[in-house]
Amino acid sequence: MPEITMLEAIRQALFEEMERDPAVVAIGEDIGVYGGAFKATEGLLAKFGHERVIETPISETAIVGAACGMSYLGLRPVAEMQFIDFIACCFNQVTNFVAKSHYRWGAPVPMVLRGPSGGGVHGGPFHSANPEMYFVHTPGLKVIYPSTAYDAKGLLKSAIRDNNPVLFFEHKFLYRRIKEEVPAGDFTVPIGKAVVRRQGSDLTIVSYAAMAHVAMEAAATLAKEGIEADVIDLRTLLPLDSETILASVKNTNRLLIVHEDTRTGGIAGEIAAIVCESAFEHLDAPIARVTALDTPVPYAPPLEERFLPNAEKVVAAARELAKY
Amino acid sequence: MPNSLTRDQHLDLYYFMQLNRQLEERLVRLFRQNKIVGGVYSSLGQEAVSIGTSYALEPRDWLAPMIRNIGALLVKGFKPRDIFTQHMAKFTSPTQGKDGTSHFGDLRVRHVVSPISMLGDLIPVMTGVAMAGRYLGQNIVAMTWIGDGGSSTGAFHEGLNLAAQQRAPLVLIVENNQWAYSTPVARQVPIKNLADRAVAYGIASKIVDGNDVVATYETTKSAVEDCRAGRGPVLIEVKTMRMKGHAQHDPAEYVPKAMFDYWKTQDPIARYETYLTEHKLWDAKKKSEIDARIERELDADQKFAEESPMPPAELAEQGVYCEGCHTIEAEWRRAKKEVIPPASNEEAVWKVADFGAFKGPFAPAAAAAPAPRAAASGGNGAESPLVAHDEPEVAKQTPLRVPFGRGPKDRSVELERRDKVAERPPRHNKPPHKRRRR
Repeated sequence: MPEITMLEAIRQALFEEMERDPAVVAIGEDIGVYGGAFKATEGLLAKFGHERVIETPISETAIVGAACGMSYLGLRPVAEMQFIDFIACCFNQVTNFVAKSHYRWGAPVPMVLRGPSGGGVHGGPFHSANPEMYFVHTPGLKVIYPSTAYDAKGLLKSAIRDNNPVLFFEHKFLYRRIKEEVPAGDFTVPIGKAVVRRQGSDLTIVSYAAMAHVAMEAAATLAKEGIEADVIDLRTLLPLDSETILASVKNTNRLLIVHEDTRTGGIAGEIAAIVCESAFEHLDAPIARVTALDTPVPYAPPLEERFLPNAEKVVAAARELAKY
Repeated sequence: MPNSLTRDQHLDLYYFMQLNRQLEERLVRLFRQNKIVGGVYSSLGQEAVSIGTSYALEPRDWLAPMIRNIGALLVKGFKPRDIFTQHMAKFTSPTQGKDGTSHFGDLRVRHVVSPISMLGDLIPVMTGVAMAGRYLGQNIVAMTWIGDGGSSTGAFHEGLNLAAQQRAPLVLIVENNQWAYSTPVARQVPIKNLADRAVAYGIASKIVDGNDVVATYETTKSAVEDCRAGRGPVLIEVKTMRMKGHAQHDPAEYVPKAMFDYWKTQDPIARYETYLTEHKLWDAKKKSEIDARIERELDADQKFAEESPMPPAELAEQGVYCEGCHTIEAEWRRAKKEVIPPASNEEAVWKVADFGAFKGPFAPAAAAAPAPRAAASGGNGAESPLVAHDEPEVAKQTPLRVPFGRGPKDRSVELERRDKVAERPPRHNKPPHKRRRR
């Protein structure tokens, strides 16, 4: 099996799905001739033509609106936000039109909205966002945020085949930094299923996206100190796989949640509430969280380093939790 | 015959307009009896717009109404009972009580997309419908409406620009009913004709008297034909008047009485009745037959709605997601192999032909344009008076502060620093941020 980057895995998923089903079309800014800001759609235009690789004006609301309209005729559009930060420009279209469509009047919207997300690349306040929680708070959407090339490919395929609107966040720090063996052929990864990346009995670390790698790095350090962590990679944030989290917490009795999203209103709060509701008597320590600061994402490297969680911060929090 | 309509079609137009009006009058009565859950958004005086435009579509075509376009829903085949039950939030309504008013649709048979309250959003959505229809080879036209007020939204611009760029078969009806809630159109936009906006998008436009149902129909019909022939989107400004408030709660006291008085003389149904009589398309007997049919249908459907149950409470939890309840399959009217490689292969390069055109014959035309446009197109060397005027104002402003958080040059940081300096041994040789602990 060839080793490929996460970016290549995403590109392969798009190619294979467009090849498999002519109802799949791509729409977005600069996705054709240029191949997308990160080259995720490179080669699509040459192969599938302008009818299926639709280059739009700089109009996020029109991109999402048109994708929604196309899906009403049975197409399965994959819309790209050049950077996920710009999803704020089409917030109304996503949360009011798309998300409520099936509930309100029984019209499914089988579309995917994908885009490069996350910080750590010194993109500054408008090219580093993790806006997933706005949408996790929106019934009717599904929200995916993978951490590996394999999951990115398998989950993007599942997202395209799903009958519901799926937001697919791609961590741009991971795009070219991780490589792994990914099967060339067709496979899918189920939406709504977390995965246990590492098994341990002393505490549970729940994370996703780039922070799943940080959690693994921290777990390796902790293991040298004799602290064995269960590391859960959520992969899908909505619907949330609370079963996997609860099963782990009932075993380790300690929970640390790590996310790159800002602290207040981050998914850590929701997970903590679920664990308190359903596994309170299993907890031996207060639930801890390591998150980004409650600030915009700053530009200068030392500021962004302070803003982001890292393995050191996770290890420190885990040590405290383990000895509580 | 002065137009393309048959006698039966002429009578259809009357039937739908009168049905629209009588249905709404009943909704008002039900509202006063407290039987309507939400609001009633009257289209009194605008019936010819909803009917005349939507009647120009074929069954395969798609439309998305605004809240007042109940008439378009009737033309598309929805029944008065659907409108009654929607307003009364009944379980038997198209949305089973999950949404109200004209917020419903039908993807399969009637090809109607449900509106939402955020105006303008339907334009990109219906552009997508038009694009998908073309892609699938269905040869459909998509139609939607926007008000004079809604034409100020960003979605209007993004949607119409995309439609224009894609040359999508979209007919956009700009239903200028003079009032956006309580704001007159002149306070919304400083242009006389909203149709003028089409020029900026490079698309065709038409203006029509929206209280003349035949003219509205004929104008729309030709736009629909243009769209179907692949000539790109068409914007039709339909001039009409909202004869009631924004909704039932609003007595519309802000509308000058003289304005209501004028538009009362333009009532679309009264005008059309005269037209039918003058053109000998009906007689009193035919009229009373149609009116009686309308009464009969409304009686039955209102009874049905009033006797229908409210939805069971547990329905609130259901249907957020499609969990296999829908089979999604596109209806292909062209060979799929046309969009599959190798047929779909193309050279991935831009073909740019007209660079340098601004130096050519276009430059004098731009220079001769009226003052506001010349100012806007500063690209051809014209000084913009707007920019020159603003510069002294900018200079007068205080220097910009660090926009996020507090930076080392922020005045409050400086003051705090001075306060702290008194307590500590002086270390002025280093800038303040270097002394911060990491």
